[in-house]
Amino acid sequence: MASASYLTSAFVYAPESCRLSQTLQTQRRCTRKSGPARILASIDLKPPPYALNALEPHMSKETLEYHWGKHHRGYVNNLNKQIEGTELDEMSLESIISASYNKGDILPAFNNAAQVWNHEFFWESMKPGGGGKPSGELLELINRDFGSFEGLIHEFKLAATNQFGSGWAWLIYKEHKLDVPNARNPRPSEEDKKLVVVKSPNAINPLVWEYHPLLTLDVWEHAYYLDYENRRTDYISTFLNKLVSWETVSSRLEAAKVLVAEREREMEEIDAIDDMDTIEPDDADMYFGGDADDFPEDEEEE
Amino acid sequence: MSWSISNYLISSSNELSRCKLPYGSEGQRGKCQALNRPTNISAYNSLKTPSFKFDQVQKRKDHVLKKPRNISAYYSLKPPNYKFDALEPYMSQRTLEVHWGQHHRGYVERLNEYLAKDDILYGHTLDELIRVTYNNGNPLPEFNVAAQAWNHDFFWESMQPGGGNLPILGLLQQIEKDFGSFSNFREEFIETALTLFGSGWVWLVLKRNERRLAIATTTNAVTPLVWDDIPLLSLDMWEHAYYLDYKNDRARYANVFMDHLVSWNVALGRMARAQSFVNLGEPKIPVA
Repeated sequence: MASASYLTSAFVYAPESCRLSQTLQTQRRCTRKSGPARILASIDLKPPPYALNALEPHMSKETLEYHWGKHHRGYVNNLNKQIEGTELDEMSLESIISASYNKGDILPAFNNAAQVWNHEFFWESMKPGGGGKPSGELLELINRDFGSFEGLIHEFKLAATNQFGSGWAWLIYKEHKLDVPNARNPRPSEEDKKLVVVKSPNAINPLVWEYHPLLTLDVWEHAYYLDYENRRTDYISTFLNKLVSWETVSSRLEAAKVLVAEREREMEEIDAIDDMDTIEPDDADMYFGGDADDFPEDEEEE
Repeated sequence: MSWSISNYLISSSNELSRCKLPYGSEGQRGKCQALNRPTNISAYNSLKTPSFKFDQVQKRKDHVLKKPRNISAYYSLKPPNYKFDALEPYMSQRTLEVHWGQHHRGYVERLNEYLAKDDILYGHTLDELIRVTYNNGNPLPEFNVAAQAWNHDFFWESMQPGGGNLPILGLLQQIEKDFGSFSNFREEFIETALTLFGSGWVWLVLKRNERRLAIATTTNAVTPLVWDDIPLLSLDMWEHAYYLDYKNDRARYANVFMDHLVSWNVALGRMARAQSFVNLGEPKIPVA
């Protein structure tokens, strides 16, 4: 697994029509019609944005080789095998996840699809020489929602340690929203949108709960067993002190805010249209005036 | 319930009874001392051998090792019946050291901590404790650690150095009756192990009501005890069980377990014991 060639291999067969963009919310799919057709279904194995030995000594090259090269690659290959020829084949990864989540009654493709997404998100949450403290708006929100940066660290460590079995710990941006289409927050304010720490088992991720993930930590044992054996707390501390990339988290927070603002604007537009369907003055008699005896037999015009 | 006689009868090796250890569980290589010397049990008062001298020797030893004298543990950590390197090359010594010495030990210690904080659950055997804390599907916090302590005990006993090969006698007959052939069973077992997602266990169980063998999987810490089936064998599919030796090659791990590690003798013994509770065949009544 030559670390120099990973960049080239990802781009070699990409025609101009294919946008392999670096932002996280966009599609991963790339139509390889002009390239050699090996696998027909086309979720890609995206390499981490750094060399496999770049996170030494906190996360060894061997771990990256197995974790990315075998586990993550396995999920991608198995997913492609599963969705090939089905209706999920032409969809973006996030759509596959929400379709196969099936509101909790998960379909077979969910585990692989969610794990592919989770691992991509995880690699991008780290960087060589990471750690330190966040800054700017992210730090303000952290201070507002957790009291202090140390409060966030404490809660994140707790969530990651207490996730029993396999799973993930997340920092997410949560908007005030119910899971019904006609839910409206009567008095929306900036205070409702919070940063929260959550943990999820196995392959579940906060996208299915309609949160906006900002940071994740893989606490499946394969993520830390080669380096730390069973010392999960050491792994978590090292991740938070030496690996986490707060710049990525900040940029994800901004993207999430943009998305939330857009959605709010859409909701407002829909509300404005709805408000126009008020009772016309002509129909007032039908609702407010007249006795029961005076009720006309033929229908009023609406 | 808590003072019934069953608490003091050690009816099977994989059943950890409540034992109060006056001098600490780690003092004698982690073995449960009460198995040798029950002390303050009223039922045994008349049978108690004079042990004053032994106590004095023990006290001196503890004093040298600077052990406090009032440690009591509710459940003890039982080591496997074989040395840590006895399962090489199929399960390395390092795996045993970490898996037993850190994971399993951690579970037992956390269970004891839970009970030390609030001993409302005091007095159960470990089997009973699992059922009680499972709470019919709404588990209490102690469930995970209690069940994992039991599961790991069961797992160590399900393996032996020089294991594998074929089951014999009644167990082989029952497997052939319920699965068609041993190779069918083996294939199904391994496939079930590979399709398990996340952390969990694969079991060969005797289903109490249906009176047949079956393969079951459970996630995380759940065990077939909670739905009242009788487990005969288990395979730990948590990643910590195989990652140091096989990394992500679960197929090889499952195959090696079946070929070289599984102890059919123990499974046969468990099934024989289970037949006291489950009638697997019609009694052979001779026709006059």
